[in-house]
Amino acid sequence: MVESSGSELESLKRGDEATFVSLIQRYHGPMLRLAMAYIRDHHIAEDVVQEAWLTAIRSLDRFEGRSSLKTWIFGIVINLARARRRKESRLLTFTALLRREDPDRREPTVDPSRFTAAGDWRAVPHQWENIPEETLLGREAMQRVQAAIEKLPPKHREVIVLRDVAELDAGPVSELLGISAENQRVRLHRARAAVRKALEDYLG
Amino acid sequence: MKCREVVELMTDYLEGALTAPDRERFEQHIVGCDGCRAYLQQLRLTLRAMRSVEGVPIPDRVQTELVRAFRNWRSASR
Repeated sequence: MVESSGSELESLKRGDEATFVSLIQRYHGPMLRLAMAYIRDHHIAEDVVQEAWLTAIRSLDRFEGRSSLKTWIFGIVINLARARRRKESRLLTFTALLRREDPDRREPTVDPSRFTAAGDWRAVPHQWENIPEETLLGREAMQRVQAAIEKLPPKHREVIVLRDVAELDAGPVSELLGISAENQRVRLHRARAAVRKALEDYLG
Repeated sequence: MKCREVVELMTDYLEGALTAPDRERFEQHIVGCDGCRAYLQQLRLTLRAMRSVEGVPIPDRVQTELVRAFRNWRSASR
């Protein structure tokens, strides 16, 4: 996991350009994925990421490093992306509102028909260990993963993108989203199970 | 523990959030259960796949603009 160290923050505050360039290059991908967890439109998401950096630059003098630099910047992305979505969600249809589900509902994440009445596997899941890297991490698999993430309910999507794509730790993520550690885990579990299922549909 | 329950504990397990006795029961089950072991491995590989989702490079235009903003901030704060 790449976390920015305290000295990176110091270099940044000193105005070190190489540090800044390294950060914007390193975080651009995950920041964009995070913005796209809220906003479908790629161009608007790009705008949000850029605005987040401009906000960070403006606030840098006041940032004291109580959270990591990474957590701070990703938090700015969340705030801006949510504000942007609110602005656009006035266009949400009534049915879309009705379809919103409780993100913390506890339901089985594995199809119950895969277990016997006693709760054992009817047929065991396949071993993926022998699947070659180029299949497991290949183009098609990546597309399935991304499509599965995009299909998740927003509250699951934000958690999985922060945890598994942007690779932030559990503590900062609960804090950024204002949810309990337990809710964070419940949402993460449901999200991961859905992505696993999508890969299983492809890999067998 | 039944497989049906074990699969629902996998994230808690990976996150180190199970109590010590639950963790022990979980691990005991996994050792003897091919299905749950395979499922856990699938989850681990799913995490690996997500981390490998290709990064989107920052467009040159955006980088130039941001570096300019950074320089402006630097010269204003000197």
